[in-house]
Amino acid sequence: MTYAIEISDLKKRYEGGFEALKGIDLKVEKGDFFALLGPNGAGKSTTIGVLCSLVNKTSGSVSIFGNDIDKDFAKAKQFLGVVPQEFNFNVFETVFNVVVTQAGFYGITRAVAEKRAEKYLKQLDLWDKKDSQSRMLSGGMKRRLMIARALIHEPEVLILDEPTAGVDIELRRSMWEFIKKLNEQGTTIILTTHYLEEAEQLCRNIAIISAGEIVENTSVKALLKTLNQETFILDLDSNLPDNWSLPGFNVAVSKDATTLEVEVVKGQSINAIFKALDDISINVVSMRNKSNRLEELFVKLIKG
Amino acid sequence: MKNSEIWVAFYTIIVREIRRFTRIWPQTLLPPAITMSLYFAIFGNLIGGRIGEMGGFSYMQYIVPGLIMMAVITNSYSNVSSSFFSAKFQHSVQELLVSPTPNWVILLGYTLGGVARGLCVGLIVTLLSLFFTHLALENLFLTILVVCLTAVMFSLGGFVNAIYARSFDDVSIVPTFILTPLTYLGGVFYSIDLLPDFWQSVSMLNPVLYMVNAFRYGILGVSDINVYWALVIVSVFIVVLFSFGLRLLNQGKGIRS
Repeated sequence: MTYAIEISDLKKRYEGGFEALKGIDLKVEKGDFFALLGPNGAGKSTTIGVLCSLVNKTSGSVSIFGNDIDKDFAKAKQFLGVVPQEFNFNVFETVFNVVVTQAGFYGITRAVAEKRAEKYLKQLDLWDKKDSQSRMLSGGMKRRLMIARALIHEPEVLILDEPTAGVDIELRRSMWEFIKKLNEQGTTIILTTHYLEEAEQLCRNIAIISAGEIVENTSVKALLKTLNQETFILDLDSNLPDNWSLPGFNVAVSKDATTLEVEVVKGQSINAIFKALDDISINVVSMRNKSNRLEELFVKLIKG
Repeated sequence: MKNSEIWVAFYTIIVREIRRFTRIWPQTLLPPAITMSLYFAIFGNLIGGRIGEMGGFSYMQYIVPGLIMMAVITNSYSNVSSSFFSAKFQHSVQELLVSPTPNWVILLGYTLGGVARGLCVGLIVTLLSLFFTHLALENLFLTILVVCLTAVMFSLGGFVNAIYARSFDDVSIVPTFILTPLTYLGGVFYSIDLLPDFWQSVSMLNPVLYMVNAFRYGILGVSDINVYWALVIVSVFIVVLFSFGLRLLNQGKGIRS
């Protein structure tokens, strides 16, 4: 089977001796929506850097759609579009020229590039800014410009390194809608993010990297199943009585006695909580997870 | 990449480079025009009138080829060094690095961008010089060949400088402390016949002397050195600098971690 990305025993040691990658193995299937998660300095950006030739690997092999980067990097690069974490376009160029020039580097003629630039700039709501110097754009617009630029050669794989960092909620949502559509149309998406709820909602498969090693590589569903305990927060319509207890559960009550925090072990029914509250005529107004489920697992894995 | 795609990538780099230096023309095209006009007016007209003939020509006529060459050298060099270093500095060089454009095309594209600016400035200075003196053209082919090869050589030099540069200071060190002295001592303003034997021999080690004299030979038909040696030296420098620049690019020196 040909994978979109296949990484085997990838190592990277920087000058000075820091070992950023200690022999990672990773496979991303075609059409996947894949999350690469890890704390700062774990090796995510180094891995992406190797994939797109901004970082020289020390050893190991990397294939993009079956093309080994040591044998035919030029062909491998044709399959890849990259949206980096930092803005990296010429800030004095116009928006339109940034995108069209990038197409030229992929050997796409000006006429084709201009049509595609119009298509992607319109889809990303940047068409009315096409003649503006890119330095004049807002942070969110700059991010969208980098997405348009990465798509101009219509790659099979789109890598997004922290694409929503510093982007407001509304824009983040519209950006994800756009990326989801791309994935539905067949583009393989690989993303790194610090917003774990994004990874949980969007991605099918996930790898967690910590200190240069892959500590987990599975589907998001399978990973969430391993969660042994969840903490729920319940907002109540009236105060809990003093010394109220809930047998079988660890509970914490807020100072104003209207918010209840309950730890629920895997397999334990939460009906008992509602029944106990109903018995004392207290209604639950709302209920939510204390923290994102993936976040709880993530913290455990990187500490573990 | 197919050949047609490589051609598109190459063309894209050159167009971008030309667009860059024409967009900032007050920084790139105007200053050499003003500086060289002052040279023509002060050294050529005012002082040159008292110097008399040199190499059988008026002093003004004698220095014009050297000044044109000086403008070509400094502008082709600084175009590539500042453009590539800026791309490194603001990380926009990554646009090229992530693309399938071969490294030799990147090097050639930047080099020809530098050549374009060098020739553009050379043409402006030449046209300005016509307001001050009459220029004969002894050998058109040689003149064009020498100016093009010199622009290529110094563009490649600028590229190597930019690869190693870590700050904007590093980009200006070579032009200020190496290129300018070599140019001033490279026979722009005088014939090395005026120097004592020892300093004549030392001057022969200066590569700029060969280019200035070969160019002067193309225009005026006089030279302090053998023109064919000049062509050989420039060609060797081009091969060495291109190979070195390509090697640095392949290694990712200064641009890949």
